[in-house]
Amino acid sequence: MQLRSNEPTGPIENRWEKHKEANKLVSPANRRKYTVIVVGSGLAGGAAAASLGEMGYNVKCFCYQDSPRRAHSIAAQGGINAAKNYQNDGDSVYRLFYDTVKGGDFRSRESNVFRLAELSVQIIDQAVAQGVPFAREYGGLLGNRSFGGAQVSRTFYARGQTGQQLLLGAYQALSRQIEAGTVEMFSRTEMLDLIVHDGRARGIVTRCMKTGKVSPHIADMVILCTGGYGNVFYLSTNAKGCNCTAAWRTHRHGAAFANPCYTQIHPTCIPQAGTYQSKLTLMSESLRNDGRVWVPRKKEDVTKRPEDIAEEDRYYYLEERYPAFGNLVPRDVASRNALYVTNDGLGVGPEVDGERRGVYLDFGDAIDRLGEQTIQERYGNLFEMYERITNDSPYETPMRIYPATHYTMGGLWVDYNLETTIPGLFAGGEANFSDHGANRLGASALMQGLADGYFVLPFTVGNYLGEVRTLPPLAEDHADVTGAVTAVEERIQKLMNAPDPKHAPEHFHRMLGRIIWTKCGMSRNKEGLEKALRDIPKLRDQFWREVKITGTGEELNQTLERAGRVADFFELGELMCLDALRREESCGGHFREEHEENGEALRDDDNFSYVAAWEWTGTPGEPRLNKEPLTFEYVKPSKRSYK
Amino acid sequence: MSEELLNLTLHVWRQDGPDDAGRFETHQAKDITTHMSFLEMLDVVNELLIENGKSPIAFDHDCREGICGTCGMVINGVAHGPQKLTTTCQLHMRQFKNGDEIWLEPWRASGFPVLKDLVVDRTAFDRIIQAGGYISIRTGSASEANELPVAKEIADQAMDAAECIGCGACVAACPNASASLFTAAKISHLSLLPQGQAERQDRARKMVAQMDAEGFGGCTNHGECEAACPKGVSLRWIARMNRELVRAMVTADAPIESRKR
Ligand SMILES: Cc1cc2nc3c(=O)[nH]c(=O)nc-3n(C[C@H](O)[C@H](O)[C@H](O)COP(=O)(O)OP(=O)(O)OC[C@H]3O[C@@H](n4cnc5c(N)ncnc54)[C@H](O)[C@@H]3O)c2cc1C
Ligand code: SF4
Ligand code: FES
Repeated sequence: MQLRSNEPTGPIENRWEKHKEANKLVSPANRRKYTVIVVGSGLAGGAAAASLGEMGYNVKCFCYQDSPRRAHSIAAQGGINAAKNYQNDGDSVYRLFYDTVKGGDFRSRESNVFRLAELSVQIIDQAVAQGVPFAREYGGLLGNRSFGGAQVSRTFYARGQTGQQLLLGAYQALSRQIEAGTVEMFSRTEMLDLIVHDGRARGIVTRCMKTGKVSPHIADMVILCTGGYGNVFYLSTNAKGCNCTAAWRTHRHGAAFANPCYTQIHPTCIPQAGTYQSKLTLMSESLRNDGRVWVPRKKEDVTKRPEDIAEEDRYYYLEERYPAFGNLVPRDVASRNALYVTNDGLGVGPEVDGERRGVYLDFGDAIDRLGEQTIQERYGNLFEMYERITNDSPYETPMRIYPATHYTMGGLWVDYNLETTIPGLFAGGEANFSDHGANRLGASALMQGLADGYFVLPFTVGNYLGEVRTLPPLAEDHADVTGAVTAVEERIQKLMNAPDPKHAPEHFHRMLGRIIWTKCGMSRNKEGLEKALRDIPKLRDQFWREVKITGTGEELNQTLERAGRVADFFELGELMCLDALRREESCGGHFREEHEENGEALRDDDNFSYVAAWEWTGTPGEPRLNKEPLTFEYVKPSKRSYK
Repeated sequence: MSEELLNLTLHVWRQDGPDDAGRFETHQAKDITTHMSFLEMLDVVNELLIENGKSPIAFDHDCREGICGTCGMVINGVAHGPQKLTTTCQLHMRQFKNGDEIWLEPWRASGFPVLKDLVVDRTAFDRIIQAGGYISIRTGSASEANELPVAKEIADQAMDAAECIGCGACVAACPNASASLFTAAKISHLSLLPQGQAERQDRARKMVAQMDAEGFGGCTNHGECEAACPKGVSLRWIARMNRELVRAMVTADAPIESRKR
């Protein structure tokens, strides 16, 4: 497999302009002759479908929810970065670029990251013009805050609902195009396979989630904006329906999957309360600005009420270990340290599966210092949400938090045009691997999704179509189409008719999640990963033997939907572990216990400064590794240190 | 942090498909902990139903964080259940007592046909937005964001109206099954902002016409919508919508055709 990044050369600040100038164009009159499929209606897909429709392409957009407005982007709380420098604190496109490359632990492509930083400013203009009600200052200008330890205030936000408001902006733009007839929307419709003809992506096979009808959709090209795969862990902050199926199905057709082991574990989530737990809830990172993280020093204190533990018996482990950054160390460091103290038996809260996985986040000092009023102004709605879920009031007793899977940096490999290794198949948003390297900075996923959707894909799609000009017509009765439909139908039948049906798909998903979380989570080692690679195929076989789905495939059947997604998580989970095993270094969200120095990650630039792009060979667990070497012309790799 | 175990009797609306008449079915939920969310309780019931070869209760949900607006059912006669300002997915079992009987029904409104059990079709809401719930701005043609200051109180009010998650509880709670609160929230959000002025009057007329065409009832000021709304969307937006409408009617020169797809 050839991995060509197709990035332009020359001074980095001119690359995107230069690339656009060299782009092929499709004339306005010709655009409606092309059908473009966009799978996903989140920030990336919604923005892309709306923009392409507006340009005059004939767009078909798909989502699994009942409305495109409900894509998982809606859940983002914190904010979106942009290098506007409205606060006059020295921010610039270059600084945002620099921070993102460094934050990604030098595992991303410089050209892509620079373009992202450059486009960030246009995103804010676009969103404001759409009516996104960002927070404003008394003078009427846009407000900003500093987020995730950034040294400048470049984050724009709309209360605690930034993702919601940005998504509604994109959804409204999409609705306008649906009204105009340029976009046809297919809600409650799940993509289950890709149609490849003559080596190019030419359509998808879907299942209507209301009737069970399996249908082909033929097009000139396909764009996947189907989000991340965090639910491979079963418990995550993702919505329950988030899945890897669309991406994984294209991987099986030849789209390389890049860096699957790069996942982000967010340090401040509400801990699991029982084995029945179905998802984890994120508590905004901003809480660490005023909360102090601690656990009891002594094991015998873990069941005591926190109020009854004396000050000298409290272990403020982040403050002690990282005096310079204290409670504000980056996400991965905070998460890993929570794991260490709970591994040492110092975790607090209810016992789940024999372990107490929780640490305190204490606002007592902040309330004494600033008063309850100020704390309420800053975090009131978060405290309420916490109380609704746990029945504890953080004004009275420390919060309990624990890390949870939040974001996946890995995804479909794409070149500078966001094209995958299958010609005519593009990927945007969290579904691709670009831009964040081994670790994503806070408030930059929304930025990336919208940059891809509004500003990158509309250009690169034109370039692709301008280059191929006319594709031979593909009829619905062509073997490449009927074959794909039959394959989907057979798979559904196989799931519905397991030989020894015993358990609902969740049963297997929970077990898979447990393996991935313990062996390929915050801290990984060779022995654990090898064990996971032995256990996952066994569990997968058991799944295919024993999965139980009641009802039929020809109706609304939520168990069947979930089963199909779990089946794909098994294969992806295995690839994650393999990728983590082969990457014999620690970088960003990937921490290998064998590669550390005094507990800190040890990167190996000499041997691992590459993107791992895995190629499907026909058998799960036996993929081929392709490497895209990474070079750094502008930001010289340095060691991250927070001591 | 204290935890109790509950045994509950559920009377659940079961309907095989849009054309089925539907009926209540009784199920037991055993050993439910008070820390579970309401939907986790249903997960437990469903897993058991599947293991016993029965068809699980279909219900919509996704984020389980109270923000996507996917979940929603009528619990003991109340849309989203007993806790104020709380979506079904954020409701926890500590709101219930051991031995409780719980009645579960889908949103009932002609604008929201039932698809199966507790799952309804809310695409009418999408069509109301398609009729005009947007600001027409071409991608890439926006001017610099800070060129047009927006007074903080106006931006805050627009944000209040924009909090709507499109769940449909307002419709389910309304004796007339009116979609006024949902429609008014979007009309208000966009008409408050300077960016939304150009299309202001057309937008109000078109969205209201579409709302009527979808078969939602009219508003007769019961206020049940506001009480059921998990996001505290205010009734005052309906008054504002009516003002917008009057203003639009006065200046309208052509009737708006409504269309249903
Ligand atoms: C709780 C939470 C808080 C966050 N907060 C922030 C934040 O403050 N700032 C920030 O920058 N980032 C944040 N993130 C990350 C960010 O929200 C996501 O990375 C981003 O929104 C992803 O957008 P997307 O368009 O790529 O995908 P999504 O929004 O996930 O959309 C995926 C789309 O694909 C569709 N889809 C998926 N599979 C299929 C299929 N098989 N068939 C048909 N359709 C399919 C879905 O229906 C959906 O429309 C947060 C994430 C979480 C979980
Ligand atoms: S107004 Fe309230 S109840 Fe109605 S759809 Fe919006 S959030 Fe739901
Ligand atoms: S599931 Fe998203 S609001 Fe309830």
